[in-house]
Amino acid sequence: MRNVLEELERRRDIARLGGGEARIAAQHKRGKLTARERIELLMDEGSFEEFDMYVEHRSTDFGMEKTKFPGDGVVTGWGTINGRVVYVFAKDFTVFGGSLSEAHAKKITKIQDMALQNRAPIIGLFDAGGARIQEGVAALGGYGEVFLRNVLASGVIPQISVIMGPCAGGDVYSPAMTDFIFMVKDTSYMFVTGPDVVKTVTNETVTAEELGGAKVHTTKSSIADRAYENDVETLLQMRRLMDFLPSNNKSGVPLLPTKDVPDRIEMSLDTLIPANPNQPYDIKELILKVVDEGDFFEIQDQFAKNIVTGFARMEGRTVGIVANQPMVLAGVLDSDASRKAARFVRFCDCFEIPIITFVDVPGFLPGTAQEYGGLIKHGAKLLFAYSEATVPKITVITRKAYGGAYDVMSSKHIRGDVNYAWPSAEIAVMGAKGAAEILYRAELGDPEKIKARIDEYQARFANPFVAAERGYIDEVIMPHGTRRRICRALNMLRNKQAQNPWKKHDNIPL
Amino acid sequence: MFKKILIANRGEIACRVIKTARRMGIKTVAVYSDADAQAMHVEMADEAVHIGPPQAAQSYLLIDKIVEACKATGAEAVHPGYGFLSEREAFPVALAKEGIVFIGPNPRAIAAMGDKIESKKAAAAAKVSTVPGHLGEIGSPAEAVKIAEQIGYPVMIKASAGGGGKGMRIAYSRKECEEGFALARSEAKSSFGDDRVFIEKFIENPRHIEIQVLGDKHGNVIYLGERECSIQRRNQKVIEEAPSPLLDEKTRKLMGEQAVALAKAVGYDSAGTVEFVAGQDRSFFFLEMNTRLQVEHPVTEMVTGIDLVEQMIRVAAGEKLALKQKDVKLEGWAVESRIYAEDPFRNFLPSIGRLTRYVPPAEGVVHGGTIRNDTGVAEGGEISMFYDPMIAKLVTHAPTRIGAIDLQAQALDAFYIDGIQHNIPFLTALMQHERWREGRLSTGFIAEEYPNGFAPPAADGYGLGILASVAASIDHLNNTRRRHITQQMDGQPFSFAKRRVVRIGARDVHLEVTGGGDGPIKVAKVNGDGAIGTPIEVVSTWWPGQPVWTGTVGGEEVSVQVRPVLNGVHLSYRGAAADIRVYTEAEATLVSLMPEKVAADTSKLLLCPMPGLVKAIHVQAGQEVKAGDALAVVEAMKMENVLRAERDGTVKKINAKAGDSLAVDAVILEFA
Repeated sequence: MRNVLEELERRRDIARLGGGEARIAAQHKRGKLTARERIELLMDEGSFEEFDMYVEHRSTDFGMEKTKFPGDGVVTGWGTINGRVVYVFAKDFTVFGGSLSEAHAKKITKIQDMALQNRAPIIGLFDAGGARIQEGVAALGGYGEVFLRNVLASGVIPQISVIMGPCAGGDVYSPAMTDFIFMVKDTSYMFVTGPDVVKTVTNETVTAEELGGAKVHTTKSSIADRAYENDVETLLQMRRLMDFLPSNNKSGVPLLPTKDVPDRIEMSLDTLIPANPNQPYDIKELILKVVDEGDFFEIQDQFAKNIVTGFARMEGRTVGIVANQPMVLAGVLDSDASRKAARFVRFCDCFEIPIITFVDVPGFLPGTAQEYGGLIKHGAKLLFAYSEATVPKITVITRKAYGGAYDVMSSKHIRGDVNYAWPSAEIAVMGAKGAAEILYRAELGDPEKIKARIDEYQARFANPFVAAERGYIDEVIMPHGTRRRICRALNMLRNKQAQNPWKKHDNIPL
Repeated sequence: MFKKILIANRGEIACRVIKTARRMGIKTVAVYSDADAQAMHVEMADEAVHIGPPQAAQSYLLIDKIVEACKATGAEAVHPGYGFLSEREAFPVALAKEGIVFIGPNPRAIAAMGDKIESKKAAAAAKVSTVPGHLGEIGSPAEAVKIAEQIGYPVMIKASAGGGGKGMRIAYSRKECEEGFALARSEAKSSFGDDRVFIEKFIENPRHIEIQVLGDKHGNVIYLGERECSIQRRNQKVIEEAPSPLLDEKTRKLMGEQAVALAKAVGYDSAGTVEFVAGQDRSFFFLEMNTRLQVEHPVTEMVTGIDLVEQMIRVAAGEKLALKQKDVKLEGWAVESRIYAEDPFRNFLPSIGRLTRYVPPAEGVVHGGTIRNDTGVAEGGEISMFYDPMIAKLVTHAPTRIGAIDLQAQALDAFYIDGIQHNIPFLTALMQHERWREGRLSTGFIAEEYPNGFAPPAADGYGLGILASVAASIDHLNNTRRRHITQQMDGQPFSFAKRRVVRIGARDVHLEVTGGGDGPIKVAKVNGDGAIGTPIEVVSTWWPGQPVWTGTVGGEEVSVQVRPVLNGVHLSYRGAAADIRVYTEAEATLVSLMPEKVAADTSKLLLCPMPGLVKAIHVQAGQEVKAGDALAVVEAMKMENVLRAERDGTVKKINAKAGDSLAVDAVILEFA
């Protein structure tokens, strides 16, 4: 018996060393941690249980039968994050550069199947060189198997991808189909084809960082939802994120005990809206003062900053926040902002996370760049997402709610459950100046007359009461009591039952 | 007594006057500019009158507007506060024409004493020793240089109508004299609407000590002891105290009696202040008289128990002083810190914006002392670029000087402001400064002790222990409550390691953290050899989201400010502040493997140090500059700031022009 136990320990020790000490040192030198170190940071201490530690590839081409490592370049298993079950796979760059073989893919799909069947989130940590060329089509098949499972699990369990090194070629499509992608600054990059191929095909000279670094993907392409400074910071933030996310689409949101009282009054919100309607203010101040403990996990903080999205809690329960940001482009809706918010709203709806929307929107962004770029369909995505969402939806209009953008931002007409307005709200087709200039075009030559018309329009429509008279606003509330109102509304909606007509799936304007 | 008075001012002083008036049963009228429509003094007053656009020259400085407001509201008297119209002779004259009482001295006294040149003549006539200087007006830079060279450098160039450091420059050379003259004049013009300046000998290593006097319309004048205001930064008072640690009973009496004699000589009939320059040997010279309520009057109120605003209102109404000199007793010690909206880490440049968080310490009696906070703002208020950057005056009173200083330090620890930069870190650090605590002061204190500006002191020893213990207890609280998150797997609940590594900057403190839940959290130091020290209890009712952690660490009461940062907290205590992260030992090992990241190089750029208006760009692209050359002038908060080259170089590109409004860190120009 003793020999058997020793043999187990021996094989474990070999497996845990991955590609060996030299490669581990090289990994560290690049500022990166090993797959097992990363999992150790991600999971509760001692909770990770590794599966398939002894799996090896079965390739015999190109002399591969002579180089085998137990685990075959990916560490898989399960554990807990603050006591909640999470499945994980982490590419091991020290073994074949983390490249994907048939056996490697099987390890991942096994975990994916378990996560889906057992309805718990799955997190993938990427740091790999793509398909294992020596395996050829078997590797491609492996990718396909992984992709399929990503799609089947989508909307059932949260799927998170963390890019912590290279992620190229076939490797990029699995993260692309998960719910969120996070990256590590300076050490990670993602692209379909690398700089060498780019040079050959298009004659562009770019570095890996310029082509697919964290900065590019968080600010330009919006592929990544956030980036962090290093491995440790990233993984600790993933622990924080998981505390916000439901385990699956039926579990409901987790409850984190808090002593932050629901009737907390924030007097300073009464002066948040500047006297000058063209002066911006920071909508994040409102978010931070309304949510529990000022704790807000922002998603896509560097992209389309004219809209803010992220997770927070009210009375300990997760909510999704969507808010126009007057500080950036006056909070206008453009293609990027619409796409960003639409995807976030749909995530919340998938996982029964109530949505709180703070509205201060002057409309859609005009211009050829936007129209040629498909603003109509991108804008429609957000309208579609809000309309189809059946989770509790609470809307607070703080200032402008103009034109079609008013309808889009979780209005009463698209099943907003509780729609509040601050006294400073202006729900109108457009701003007073624009409206008066259209309505009284004949008087445009007379500045005094037109000014009187603007003032007239301003007095009639630049308030929340025209909308409230029609029931489009349920109540006009004092800014300082916003938290209390939202908490009450959420509790009132706790047992909300709403269903869309049966369909195979909808046809959102992609 | 008046039934209704108007306060021709804004900010904390308007609020402070309203408080006393209200207590006396007098109705109050506030005036406000566009920028102050939602200000606290407007909220507090019974009535408020709008008087114009934000610029003081078009609102608070317009006598006609104030008179109009009085007539519209039926105010019988006007309190001018300090600054603005408080020392304008024309103001009481204009009020008197309409039969409105000015709560301040008569115009003749203002004329005699308010103007710094006139007051020196009056003082000389009263045989008060004065500092050598030129009392006449000066017309040109050349004349200024000539006078300066007669007196001998260093000289001080000051606005005749000025006060509070505005329009004041010290010159050690001909070049500085020329530059200083121009700047002083232009600042005097923009601040006071009066560009006259004068020059006097600048006395080195002086202390600033002033006597509070109080007179009535019946010829009575008394003095209410002294204040020392030697802690100044560029002639702007930062910390004031009463009494002065320098004075003895004899000198106090001598100065007081001289001040009273001077006040009597000019028929002074309100609260006023006679300022002296004092040598370390207790010699003193008359400097000037301020014919108004001083910013720092609360320290006198705290040690005398006399409400100066009430006295001003009573004497203005014609009452005789109820107090005799023998009734004035100085009890205990009072210290006042001026909380300014300025960034101590960027050479105290002004900072403007919305006060997203403003949580002052609780006022009242604590630990045998008293905390008083005179403020004109509330959370959500705006610090605008149009007015003085002072946010509040925090005053503490205790039986002893050290007691008042320690209470001040404690109160500053609990004073939480976000949204703008402010000087609380600097003030808190000052309260720990040995030289200040020992009372070895001079007006050069800050320049001497902080020659390279202010850098936050690194936490060490006791402070480090407090920060580490509080950070560890916050971490422990978070871990403990996360054990109660729902949707956990059945079976054994997860656990977390007791051993923690608290990383403060580059320093690690190894701790073992236990307890919590219903009992106190216990923190014990883990020594290098693994031995565990005696645990201390960390007790607080703090909960995440609250700005100030208040509780006890090993029985000591402490207040620590908490700001969340990624994966940790930013804590500040006694001027020391740090991003702190609490790791398990395993995590700490892995953190050590993470690469150090280098910040972007901005040495080739001239960045706008504060939000402001570009007044001038002095260089062109391609021009070679020497270290110290003036590159640009940016105006903010009424102050013109000359931005100089830090080293020799060549200007590559200019990105801004005169008239541009720039944000902080905007690139003004680039060097090759």
